[in-house]
Amino acid sequence: MTRSLWRSPRVRAAAVRSRITLAGDTLARGMLGWSVLAWSMLAWVAVLGGVAIADPQPQAQAQELTQLAEGSGRDLTVSRCIVCHSLEYIPSNAPAMNRAAWGKTIQKMRDRFGAPITDDEGRQVLDYLATNYSGKP
Amino acid sequence: MLSRRDLLLATASAWTAGRVWAIEPAPDPLGTLSGKRPLVQHALRPPNFETPLAALVPAYTPNDLFFVRYHLAVIPEVDPSSWRLQVGGASAQRALSLSLSELRSSFPHVSLAAVNQCSGNRRGLFLPRVPGVQWGNGAMGNALWTGVRLRDVLQRAGVASDALEVVFRGADSAVLPSTPDFVKSIPIDRALDESTLIAFEMNGRPLPHWNGAPARLIVPGWTGTYWMKHLTQVRIEPKAFDGFWMKAAYRLPTGLFDGSRFASQTTPETTPITDILVNSLITAPLAGTRVRRGTHVELTGKAWDNGAGIVRVEASTDGRRSWRDAALGKDLGRFAWREFRLPLAAATSGTLEIAVRAHSRNGTLQPDTLTFNPSGYHDNIVQTVTVEVT
Repeated sequence: MTRSLWRSPRVRAAAVRSRITLAGDTLARGMLGWSVLAWSMLAWVAVLGGVAIADPQPQAQAQELTQLAEGSGRDLTVSRCIVCHSLEYIPSNAPAMNRAAWGKTIQKMRDRFGAPITDDEGRQVLDYLATNYSGKP
Repeated sequence: MLSRRDLLLATASAWTAGRVWAIEPAPDPLGTLSGKRPLVQHALRPPNFETPLAALVPAYTPNDLFFVRYHLAVIPEVDPSSWRLQVGGASAQRALSLSLSELRSSFPHVSLAAVNQCSGNRRGLFLPRVPGVQWGNGAMGNALWTGVRLRDVLQRAGVASDALEVVFRGADSAVLPSTPDFVKSIPIDRALDESTLIAFEMNGRPLPHWNGAPARLIVPGWTGTYWMKHLTQVRIEPKAFDGFWMKAAYRLPTGLFDGSRFASQTTPETTPITDILVNSLITAPLAGTRVRRGTHVELTGKAWDNGAGIVRVEASTDGRRSWRDAALGKDLGRFAWREFRLPLAAATSGTLEIAVRAHSRNGTLQPDTLTFNPSGYHDNIVQTVTVEVT
């Protein structure tokens, strides 16, 4: 379900049309339906492409700064995780994580929070996170 | 007014105070949400931003520096003129629907100073490390909350004799319909406590958007998880609420910690987190400060508990062998933090390690060692700060 939305021309168009930034004040405006997906899409594109998105507002605004490490499974990981949350959680939790802990977390995201991740995708995401973000002995 | 440099310095010292970390990612950058000054950014979406140490110095934490904590990413800006609070449930004798002006005009106003502390405050200092938002010391603040008593609102609806819990829902929600909405409950006796409020003002101003506008629950003495933001629904129920955020989250091993027992939600294995444990925070000196031999170091900080009240704060400079009483500042109310102050002589050259511990009127004091629990709650161990005497 999620994958087809990323590819949807409507989502792409919405992302381009809206003045969507990664700024905190955008969050305040009740992101529902398409705007959520468009926002996620834009962040996803930004992370994948390593593109910095500048906020047009003069005030400094909070921005998503995290770029995940290069590696097999990164794009899939980004696209699945960023549906519900920004990516800072991944490096910031790394010191507490190993393969077993990431496995538990992915299971929790799927079972408890309803993340749309298939078994096969879950294995790829686990391999990526366990390889790149395991800081726990 | 804090400069960015002050904030950075304070943040850096907060990160290094007390414990050494084995593996560490780069410190979180400062980020700014609309209407807020720079805070320590743990996550942008859902927003999780921590108050820098320097902003925990004033008696009341400024609204635009108060920490921000959300679980779910869809956060509407609620229009106060169309907002309504729905009150009902199976143990309510009638349903109410109150506008903000009706809420404000129908019940007596109460103002109360209270610490709002996230259950996971200091999780980032836990050893061994545990997953979750890696908060430092600043997932907390003290504010003057103004609103109406929840009790008055519940009694207007009529509380049936079988009422067991009161259940709260806010306007924020999850991106995916499959994610459990953030819904929390408290025991009926806590809901009827005179200190439990529905607040619409914080430090004399309307609640900031990121802290729950237009109205939020205030449960003084209990951790922030119960302080529902953007409150929209209050239900009086005869049964224990069985949503994810009660049954599976914010829980501790049963019997491991002191505090109120949330009986209707307790199992032989686990129990909901409830009371804030006795704790303290050193706000000065900052770690690594250099002082001249023969001068004094002014030790200051804050101490707080579950509302029993702080009776004593002590400091040690000899490896916790002997302790001296610090002077306590103004009592802002039993649920507020209490400032402490103690000048310490920098008599000999070298490293001066200062440890601080607080005592509560409830008979507890801060422990030396961490009681591990898997979610990283209740880090109230004695903290130290080290200065160099030259």
